[in-house]
Amino acid sequence: MSTVKPTRPWVASKQDRLRDALIFVGAIVFTYLLVEVTPLKGKLAYFIVFFFSLMIANGFTGGLRFGFPAAKDAIIKTLVAFGAVVTVIPIASILGTVISKGYKGIKLNLFTQDMSMATPTDPLNNGGILHAITGTLTLVALALIMSVPLGILTALYLTEIKGRFSKPIKFLVQAMSGVPSIVAGLFILSAVLYPITKSYSGFMGALALTILMIPTVARTSEEVLNLIPQDLREAGTALGGTQWRTVAMIVLPAARSGLITAMILGVARIAGETAPLLLLTGGGDKVNPNPFSGSMGSLPYYIWKSFNAGSEESITRAWAGLLVLVVLVLFLFTSARFLSTRKVSR
Amino acid sequence: MSTVPVPREITTQPRRSDRVFRRIVTAGGLSSLFILSLITIFLAYRGYEVLRQEGFRFITSSDWSITTDDAGNVVESHFGLAAMLVGTILCALIAVTIALPISIASALFLNFYAPGWMKKFLVAVVDMMAAFPSILFGIWGFLVLMPSAEYWAKLLHHYFGFIPLFQLQPYVVTRSPFVAGVVLAIMIIPIITSVSREVFSQAPLDRIQAAYALGATRWGMIKAVVLPYGRSGVIGGAMLGLGRAMGETVAVFTVLNIVFQVNWHMLLGVGGNVASLIILKFGDASPYEIKALMAAGLVLFLLTLAVNAIADVIVKKTGKSGR
Repeated sequence: MSTVKPTRPWVASKQDRLRDALIFVGAIVFTYLLVEVTPLKGKLAYFIVFFFSLMIANGFTGGLRFGFPAAKDAIIKTLVAFGAVVTVIPIASILGTVISKGYKGIKLNLFTQDMSMATPTDPLNNGGILHAITGTLTLVALALIMSVPLGILTALYLTEIKGRFSKPIKFLVQAMSGVPSIVAGLFILSAVLYPITKSYSGFMGALALTILMIPTVARTSEEVLNLIPQDLREAGTALGGTQWRTVAMIVLPAARSGLITAMILGVARIAGETAPLLLLTGGGDKVNPNPFSGSMGSLPYYIWKSFNAGSEESITRAWAGLLVLVVLVLFLFTSARFLSTRKVSR
Repeated sequence: MSTVPVPREITTQPRRSDRVFRRIVTAGGLSSLFILSLITIFLAYRGYEVLRQEGFRFITSSDWSITTDDAGNVVESHFGLAAMLVGTILCALIAVTIALPISIASALFLNFYAPGWMKKFLVAVVDMMAAFPSILFGIWGFLVLMPSAEYWAKLLHHYFGFIPLFQLQPYVVTRSPFVAGVVLAIMIIPIITSVSREVFSQAPLDRIQAAYALGATRWGMIKAVVLPYGRSGVIGGAMLGLGRAMGETVAVFTVLNIVFQVNWHMLLGVGGNVASLIILKFGDASPYEIKALMAAGLVLFLLTLAVNAIADVIVKKTGKSGR
């Protein structure tokens, strides 16, 4: 007597995999031959011919085995996979270009000097981005100080108070996240810089960045606070805590790592913001520790200036600046993801 | 011996500390309303003079000129945004047209086709791309993408030149709205992809399994369950992308050839965008011209606000349609 072995028809069998691999290789060979023989040329031709040959081959084999619906299914599968490939190609290209072009500009003096004694078109061993790094850090720190309380209060209103303004505020936060960065810059220009301070400074830039950062912080914090179990709030109230004590001593500490994630995502959102800084900070070339007076440099401004100077050295400078900026953003982003994998902590 | 605690006063009124707390949180919560209305008020206040002088011509004409005498007084000025508004809408529409199918395809791939490890990795990569600064897209677009995009534009003109939209007269393909649209498309693909992925992943499991149980192929299931369910969410995501593309400054400024001329031919190297106009003219603008730029900012702000409002309404309808 033999036992019946359970089959798993939804898992691809060895034959299926072999057939798929053969079709894939076959499509590559076919593409190569077709592009070589016909007058088609270029990367685009390879890509498109490969796409269509793979789609037709998959559709044909699917259709032969299971009929028309399977053929359609196979064709769509190829189409959808190519959509994902098209999404990833630019990311790979951007990262590859930034690294390959930027590393030439990374020298020690880049991190120890500013541009007060150099112009963007100077040789690369003169001048650096110290002023830009300190400037960006100052701007981000100021924006953080101003936007985090407002963002978290907004999130608390939406999750703890749930008052009658909840719906409009949700919509307004959404609308605020769509405010073009240049409009935020113009607003600070018209509301603060022209009537009150009348001069460029880092603080003006930080104000504009705050406007751009609040919605990111508010929305992420709201999501995190919604994940805190309702039991905790009820337990706090049952122990005789007022709402204020419950929120301050139970809800917020429980959501701590999630709130930090929200801050980091907010910083990642604004670290590379360029347009408002072009209007507001003046973009100085010297390390300026005082955000309230004098023009202040920043990484995006430095990149912009170097890029527009247009010589070979200055463009390498721009790529090096971009590399530093991308590394900063990626670092922030990775740490946010790492923290958000454990959203509720004690 | 311990003292008997005094019984707490039982009341439904919030304590004083709570009243203060609730007031502070409500005030903080209203900050978004406060900021958005301040933006409207200040831009309208600064731009009022220009808006009153130009009237409707501000959005229907496309001159942008200002003449001053030796003392710096304004002698004559014409401000019109028509060319820039057309450029803004054209670039954003090109971007969404390119990005939407690609985003839907990759969202479907991520949700229903990719194996587990690949899904995790790709989701992280796409989200990471959404955090890339726009100046990166601008410079990459100018130095790396533009040569290819111009080649694609030539191909489009060669094979589809009989369609009015793809006409080229004169033959100038460099720095066209098409190239800007491609850069913007690459910028908004991650946004639309992640919104669509989110919506698709909420498709009801019972309906998905019912479709499979009735013998549907994977595509049959997607067509019958996922797409009808997610349709309004995807459209909302596309509107969000549209809003982002309309307000983009730096990436468009580096790529586009800004000319004050209404141009609907997307392959022709003539275009504009309200946000890039502001950056272009800001550097050497006189105080009166700054007012015109403020008015332009107001128009852009209201435009993106409207797009976002529509997106919000559409996204909220998710799940109400479908079989």
